[in-house]
Amino acid sequence: MSWRSRQGRLKAAPTWAIAMMVAAILFPLYWAAVASFTPESQLFGQVDVVPTRLVLDHYRAVFGERGLGTAVRNSLVVAGATTFVCVIIGALCAYALARVPFRGRTLVLTSVLAISMFPQISIVSPLYLLLRELRLIDTYAGLVLPYLTFAMPLTIWLLVGFFRQLPRELEEAALIDGAGRFRALWTIVLPLSWPGLATTAILTFLYCWNEFLFALCFTLGPERYTVPVAIALFRGQYQVPWGQILAGSLVATLPVAALVFVAQRRIVAGLTSGAIKG
Amino acid sequence: MASISLQGVSKRFAGGVSALTDLNLEIAHGELLVLVGPSGSGKSTVLRLIAGLDEPTSGRVLIDGKDVTGVPPQQRDLAMVFQSYALYPHKTVRENLAFGLQMRRVDTARIDERVREVARTLGIDALLDRRPAALSGGQRQRVALGRAIVRDPKAFLLDEPLSNLDPVLRIEMRAELTLLHRRLGATMVYVTHDQEEAMTLGSRIAVMRDGAIEQVAAPMDLYDRPADTFVAGFIGSPAMNIWPCTIVQSDGRGHVRADGFQWDDLPVGDVDGERVLIGARPHDVDITSPDASDAIGRVEILEPLGPTMLAHVGIDGSESRVRIVIGANTRMAIGDRVGFRVRRDRLHWFNRETGRRLDPK
Repeated sequence: MSWRSRQGRLKAAPTWAIAMMVAAILFPLYWAAVASFTPESQLFGQVDVVPTRLVLDHYRAVFGERGLGTAVRNSLVVAGATTFVCVIIGALCAYALARVPFRGRTLVLTSVLAISMFPQISIVSPLYLLLRELRLIDTYAGLVLPYLTFAMPLTIWLLVGFFRQLPRELEEAALIDGAGRFRALWTIVLPLSWPGLATTAILTFLYCWNEFLFALCFTLGPERYTVPVAIALFRGQYQVPWGQILAGSLVATLPVAALVFVAQRRIVAGLTSGAIKG
Repeated sequence: MASISLQGVSKRFAGGVSALTDLNLEIAHGELLVLVGPSGSGKSTVLRLIAGLDEPTSGRVLIDGKDVTGVPPQQRDLAMVFQSYALYPHKTVRENLAFGLQMRRVDTARIDERVREVARTLGIDALLDRRPAALSGGQRQRVALGRAIVRDPKAFLLDEPLSNLDPVLRIEMRAELTLLHRRLGATMVYVTHDQEEAMTLGSRIAVMRDGAIEQVAAPMDLYDRPADTFVAGFIGSPAMNIWPCTIVQSDGRGHVRADGFQWDDLPVGDVDGERVLIGARPHDVDITSPDASDAIGRVEILEPLGPTMLAHVGIDGSESRVRIVIGANTRMAIGDRVGFRVRRDRLHWFNRETGRRLDPK
């Protein structure tokens, strides 16, 4: 079969197959959304795909007695700070690794990757001891620092790849024009890399927003709980408040989904368009 | 304006690839020196070493007699035009032109004035607010040139600046570059792999091969007296005919035997058994009647070149062909048998082992 006809067949791939796949992915989300608006009393009764009565009880409870608002703020602070620091330091590291020739460059790059391969659970205890010595348990910094160690390798690898794609001559032209390395990075490389920076920023943010294990271990009370921890601790000894858990999950999901939804089109466009070509 | 000098420069890249070996080159004030050679001959490396984008493994780079070997590019005050133009895609033409001046903290009014001035001379003043993506190849080329000119640098480094243009535009820009060089009186180092471009542009040409300079000379000297077989074959189009020959003595006379024919009237003295290479440009070989000819052959290929035609003639009793330039209107067809004669005063002699030029005997 020729390549062209195969492509034609791929293009004509039955739309219903795609529709089914999307439905399979989206249905649990829909189900969670419906459940989060269903009164507690009906949750385990008659199952209706299309709900008949919707209430905001769970959301009121979540933001009221459960204090999810604080958790959202904590998550925003921790994820935001990590992303900010990560992108700035990561961009500098990545630029050096991508462009400045020095001995052991590959070694640095592979060890950066290796560090990110440690299973989190294996370093929780040492990290806990370390943070306790530094008196950083139950602080924002106590989360941001460990997050950086995990988010930085990803940032560096993504940005190294991105910087390497940029034509070297652009920076060389800037150098010859009289700019130093930092000026060239700031005025030429970074403006041209913003799709890459945005991608890494979003991925880092998502990682921190979703992180559970460290947040659980290094915080002590609701004042510093992040969203995933707060939601996980909704369940009491004798009951699981599914309605509230699902309401909380939805609150945790929506900003992230919105972020990706808004950004993806521009990021994909930025990655593929001639942003780089002269 | 500045003079540039490379002294004993070698460059070895990581991994042991040697790009340049012990290279010496003097470029005078206001000179347009062309570096020409096949790809991989190290000509771009020379340019990058002068620019400071690479550092030599050994040797020194001097600008105006001052050693700049370790000086970073931003402090050398040179300008470079890249083959890819390397315009800043996120900046307008105006910003592209202004960038170098901004980096040197020239005041805004002066920058604006200077940018306009240069844009006007290059005919790009209507494009100042466009981005590079909205320009044609020729326009980008002009902007790239403008970015170099605007700063009034000590010297211009041009790395195959015309090779991305279509042939018509290339010849037009070539002429413009000549005029520009004359007007600015600036030192320029120009890299190309195109020998014709090198011949037309350069006040001097350095021919490079395998990281070394084979010969530096004015264009016509290079053409008339190539220092070795490589230069002889590289400069001039169509390429020179080169025959491996042996000098023998018989009947009290010296003969020069080539593959399939021999010359009896060359001044070889009493040398016997020496092996040489003899070259003659296709323009210096004439079609003659068989009885006045050096050899006879059969026309195998005819290539019309416009004003002239190139004939490839397979020599009788030999595997080799000779290239002959003939008039475009010459009556000749494939398969014709013709005699040819090489003009005696236009022969080039080379050492068979080293390929170096031999002075005529």
